Amino acid sequence: MVELNEAFETVKMVSQENLDVRTITMGISLLDCIDPDLDSLCDKIYNKITMSAKNLVKVGDDLGSEFGVPVINKRISITPAALVGGAACSEPEDFVRIAETLDAAAKQVGVNFIGGYSALVQKGMTKADRLLIKSIPQALSKTERVCSSISLGSTRTGINMDAVRLMGDIIYETAEATKETDSIGCAKLVVFCNPPDDNPFMAGAFHGVTEADRVINVGVSGPGVVKHELSKVRGEDFEVLCETIKKTAFKVTRVGQLFAKEASKRLNVPFGIVDLSLAPTPAVGDSIADIIHEMGMEYAGAPGTTAALAILNDQVKKGGVMASSYVGGLSGAFIPVTEDKAMAEAAEIGALTLEKLEAMTCVCSVGLDMIAIPGDTPCTTIAGIIADEMAIGMVNQKTTAVRLIPVIGKGVGDFAQFGGLLGEAKIMPVNKFGCADFVNRGGRIPAPIHSFKN
Amino acid sequence: MSKTIVTLIGKDRVGIIATVCSFFGDNDINILDLKQTTSQGYINMMMIVDTETYKGSMADLNKGLEEVGEKVGCIIKAQHEDIFNMMHRI
Repeated sequence: MVELNEAFETVKMVSQENLDVRTITMGISLLDCIDPDLDSLCDKIYNKITMSAKNLVKVGDDLGSEFGVPVINKRISITPAALVGGAACSEPEDFVRIAETLDAAAKQVGVNFIGGYSALVQKGMTKADRLLIKSIPQALSKTERVCSSISLGSTRTGINMDAVRLMGDIIYETAEATKETDSIGCAKLVVFCNPPDDNPFMAGAFHGVTEADRVINVGVSGPGVVKHELSKVRGEDFEVLCETIKKTAFKVTRVGQLFAKEASKRLNVPFGIVDLSLAPTPAVGDSIADIIHEMGMEYAGAPGTTAALAILNDQVKKGGVMASSYVGGLSGAFIPVTEDKAMAEAAEIGALTLEKLEAMTCVCSVGLDMIAIPGDTPCTTIAGIIADEMAIGMVNQKTTAVRLIPVIGKGVGDFAQFGGLLGEAKIMPVNKFGCADFVNRGGRIPAPIHSFKN
Repeated sequence: MSKTIVTLIGKDRVGIIATVCSFFGDNDINILDLKQTTSQGYINMMMIVDTETYKGSMADLNKGLEEVGEKVGCIIKAQHEDIFNMMHRI
């Protein structure tokens, strides 16, 4: 029987500490839509998505109402589009047609993002991969809800430096194509090393080819809940600190498990995974930087921040793993700068720098995320930053990512505003010294020695 | 049986429980358990109710409880009991 204090603890988590289910994401395989005729391919894609996900938003809202925990986002991920469109597309504009189809399908079913306008090129690029990548600036400026991700490296294959270099240009071109809105197109574009096939979070969600025809993945959240619990154990030692995070993560993840099982049952789509992530929003109190502050740092970015984030990430996983029957996705703490109000403030006063963020990505679940940089940053420098981040992922056998926004027409200290969950922040300085001769070499970085496990 | 947990929080005064209970009676909702504490003039109450015979949806129930809450000056919420069991029981 539920006790009074337990009931009120749950109620308080939602009403005061921003506990929510961050996303219910339906993964949909489009492999059975492949067709050499572009019109026919687009029809099949539209029909499959709108049929599969027609009840997704309603089910998400119903669950939120019945259990009293809001489901913030309902989203869709699809098979990487380069695999689906290869037979039908002979120029970048053909891929843009697919992006527009995805956008129309997303609007029809009412989801706010659809991910999977993607290519997996960690070892090499096919003609279709290259066409899709070239189409990204146009695709993201012509659509509203489509998200794109490119896998550039993995521990098993090494890093495709030709693709890294190309993405330096593509990120810049995407920024240029959406410069009227602070280069927001780049907020929908992420590059990965070791991307998971079952990530429910945007912009990096895609439905991997190893997945079933359709699947339900759920991403939980709750930085505010963790922060609140930690405020009760100020000054206690690391054992108490870690136990507190672990127990809180367990409770938060149980909510995700319940929602994932119920959504799966009601939509008649298999349950995939729960992603144990702490995902911040620009709302006050819904912040990873606030947790780091609560752990004892004056501001996120101060010495000790990397250790604090390592603790947070590990304890979230330890608590969450037991709470869910299947765990996957990115699972860990996210550190998107513009999406986290306290993180943006730490960056603004100079406590948090790009280099410190890079160090932090060695111990958390994602990478350099939602960082506004000057619009005149050279493409080769963007490629260099990507190469560094891919190397961290490759060597440490973890997922890393880069989602940088070169804000065209703005420089260090100017304000970039993206609105809604994407937030806002001042533009951060980037190291001025060049790396063009390095990134222009071309070719591949071989897989590291510890990838040979056979 | 479909168990729902109703939580109420607010400033204590005469007639809160009576008003909430008559709302349940009027809507064919059976009260299975009721626990409450009062401290420094505030009331925390939790009811476990059976909504099997209730005609409306959870959204309807919450809307009704919101109106009752306005009458008695409290915040009242209804949630399916599974969310509490999942969170607090292994």
